[in-house]
Amino acid sequence: MSATDQLEAPPGGVGRGDSGGPMTRLLKSWRLAGIFIPFVILFVVLSIASAPFLHTANLINILDQQASYLDIAAAGTLVLVAGGIDLSVGATYGLTTVIAGELALHGQPVLAIVLAVAAGLLVGLVNGLIVTVLRINPLIATLATSFVIAGAALKVTSGNLVVLSATSSFFRFANAQFLTIPSAVWMSAAFVAVLALLLARTTFGRHVVAAGGNAEAARLAGVRVNLIRVVTFVISGGAAGLGGAIDTSRLLSAQAGSGGSQLAFTVLAGIVVGGTSIAGGEGSVVRTAIGVLFIALIGNGFNLLGVDPLYQQIVLGLLLIAAVALDVWARRRRR
Amino acid sequence: MTTGTFEDPPRAARTPGDDLVVAGVSKRFGGVPALLDVSLTVRAGTVHALIGENGAGKSTLGKIISGVLTPDEGSVSLGGEELALRSPRDALAKGIVTIAQELAIVPGLTVAENVYLGAEAQHVGFVRRREARRRFRELAERVGFRLSPDWLAGQLTTADQQKVEIMRALSRDASIVIMDEPTAALAEHETSALHAIIRSLARQGKSVILVSHFLSEVLALADEITTLRDGRVIRSVAATDATEETLIEGMLGRSLGAAFPEKTPPPADAEVVLSVEGLVAPGVRDCSLEVRRGEIVGIAGLVGAGRSELARAIFRDTRVQRGSVRLAGRDLGGRGPHHSIERGLALIPESRKEMGLLVGRSVKENVSLSRLDLVSRLGWVSGTRERRAVASLLQRTTVKVTSLRQTVSMLSGGNQQKILFARAVMCGPRVLLADEPTRGVDVGSKRAIYDLIVEMAREGMGVVVISSELEEVLGLAHRVLVMRQGRIVAELEGAAMNQQAVLAAAFSETSDNEHQGV
Ligand SMILES: Nc1ncnc2c1ncn2[C@@H]1O[C@H](COP(=O)(O)OP(=O)(O)OP(=O)(O)O)[C@@H](O)[C@H]1O
Ligand SMILES: [Mg+2]
Repeated sequence: MSATDQLEAPPGGVGRGDSGGPMTRLLKSWRLAGIFIPFVILFVVLSIASAPFLHTANLINILDQQASYLDIAAAGTLVLVAGGIDLSVGATYGLTTVIAGELALHGQPVLAIVLAVAAGLLVGLVNGLIVTVLRINPLIATLATSFVIAGAALKVTSGNLVVLSATSSFFRFANAQFLTIPSAVWMSAAFVAVLALLLARTTFGRHVVAAGGNAEAARLAGVRVNLIRVVTFVISGGAAGLGGAIDTSRLLSAQAGSGGSQLAFTVLAGIVVGGTSIAGGEGSVVRTAIGVLFIALIGNGFNLLGVDPLYQQIVLGLLLIAAVALDVWARRRRR
Repeated sequence: MTTGTFEDPPRAARTPGDDLVVAGVSKRFGGVPALLDVSLTVRAGTVHALIGENGAGKSTLGKIISGVLTPDEGSVSLGGEELALRSPRDALAKGIVTIAQELAIVPGLTVAENVYLGAEAQHVGFVRRREARRRFRELAERVGFRLSPDWLAGQLTTADQQKVEIMRALSRDASIVIMDEPTAALAEHETSALHAIIRSLARQGKSVILVSHFLSEVLALADEITTLRDGRVIRSVAATDATEETLIEGMLGRSLGAAFPEKTPPPADAEVVLSVEGLVAPGVRDCSLEVRRGEIVGIAGLVGAGRSELARAIFRDTRVQRGSVRLAGRDLGGRGPHHSIERGLALIPESRKEMGLLVGRSVKENVSLSRLDLVSRLGWVSGTRERRAVASLLQRTTVKVTSLRQTVSMLSGGNQQKILFARAVMCGPRVLLADEPTRGVDVGSKRAIYDLIVEMAREGMGVVVISSELEEVLGLAHRVLVMRQGRIVAELEGAAMNQQAVLAAAFSETSDNEHQGV
């Protein structure tokens, strides 16, 4: 079609082919499938290999255990897509568990939840400001703040373990059952859904993608790149706070050292396995959720089958390399 | 040393008499043909021009010849031997080098490092700095470009980056040089230096494949001209048998008439929509100007005269040290581009890849980025409204895409440029700042963009057009400002608005300027 043909084409003419060329469509579905297919295969294999796997109790248990990870990883996806990275989520999670724990211990269940989330939001805000105002590389910035936060968490509890009782109303926050599924799962599902829509369907989401794809171009096009970046960090901090509150209620204990770099890296692994690019500019919250669950399935499967947990780590590592290689390959194809 | 005596490097592999033959080449991208059964012969020692509309397949053909892409069908052979190139490195080994349309500069490396990138290996792993610098100086002198080897490439203007690319290509001992729109970003005197180089390459028995939208350039330089349309060869003719009219006819399948639409200057009492007073910013020294409703103001000057810097300062992208910008009578304030857009100012930036596009995202997202509020409610983007708005904008701006979801990196260079124009139109601005709005755009689409600018001006928009193409500035603008060293040095209107006057103003005292620069 030449330029002149197109001038004469009816207004709907260009929009008709909106579904993309077969090549792009294939590549897109391939990238989504990239994590979905292995997930389904693993699920089927585990169903066959281990009888207890398919039990509702086991499946709900996996979701329950992953609730906080799903929250934090969904928010971390936004940070990554906007061109940042948040390594402080583990420490923030630790801090907010002890805040929630101490307050719950003193009979303040509502305040426990509110302040845990608020502390997370505040940490996110500080991270965002350090990255945008001081222009410090987000990797370094959040690495540094995670030390500060971990220290503060130790200060709150003087390093002690906080233990709560199952009779407190705080226990119900994450353990109330609805349709036999605990509220922790419902909350994380809702949180993931909201962030998924936020990224995929809203102007904010478009701006997040633009800020991470080409910051200079985005700014000249009227995107408030710094503001967007700060907001993604705030969401990430808030998610860590929510995760901390959920797990404190779920496990009835809190410790400053819970979370830490282990949590930060596992979450990052889930995001990357889900196909979100570490370089920013593209990604999907839904795929992140599948990525997190995929890693959880590996752990669950190893437990059920009684395999040495050592191998679990090795498998996870190899998986990460495969995921990133796929990303690089897909990018190369597109050029 | 003058550019006329451009000599072979001593190690040159001279193989005159080797013709490059492209036979029956086809290339499809996801089923959509970009080239169909293309055959042509580039004779040794000649300049062979490729012309055609945006998306006609010129760059694709260049990429196939240089090994970046492999053809689906057909073959490329050199001196009777078929080349089955797998990579640009293969092509380099066969003596084929390319200056690509989309610049490939490593921003963190210096000019000299960029020029010798990939060729440093001869120094046994270590890059011999002094040696490299000496070779660079020789090359720069032969080529006639003034560039310091130690500058960081990322900090250069687009034009200077283009020069780096050209020098890189010329530093290799090539028998075939492919140049994809090498002069799109160059100033007049740099263009003539490059023309001299092209001629001397041909004289040495080398072949140059030149892709260009400047038909006068093509006619002056080329021995043979091949016209592509929708991926097919329309014809190959000797340059002596062609005129601009016949070439345009071949490219578009129709004739074009005048290059520029008729001017309709605004009434003398039209209100001022943009008024800039005593603006001081990086690269801008005390600039004042006014644009009225419906007026098109051109800004001319050499590359580096501060034109783009002025546009960015008005847009409040760079920090303004002094002075004021008023839009429709109200102070614009310095809250940044997002605020300027809200208040009715739009900018088409000079470099589409670095400052304009999200190359990895879809056409749709790129066009609607600045004005998502128009196609969304409470932050929720409506897919249907967005598609409808973008589709109609693409038509107005004659962008050729196969789908709104197509990734921008897959569009031809000219169509990428038009995406930026579509975005600016969507902003519905009171004042449009267009920095090189037609860079890399074909003649037919240029006219479409000019028509659009004129039409929007007639509807009451004020336009500032910055262009290195003097013809474009003179053909479009009602009034021309000439910049030099960050200042506005002349304002030309009516009969005084002509090529000589602009050049005189732009060039005076430039020798002084150049000493400062180097
Ligand atoms: N990597 C790619 N994937 C898909 N389509 C592509 C790709 N590269 C080019 N195309 C398509 O092939 C066609 C020819 O593109 P090409 O870049 O060769 O045009 P061109 O003649 O160089 O245009 P211009 O004058 O604008 O530079 C266009 O329709 C373009 O969209
Ligand atoms: Mg091209």
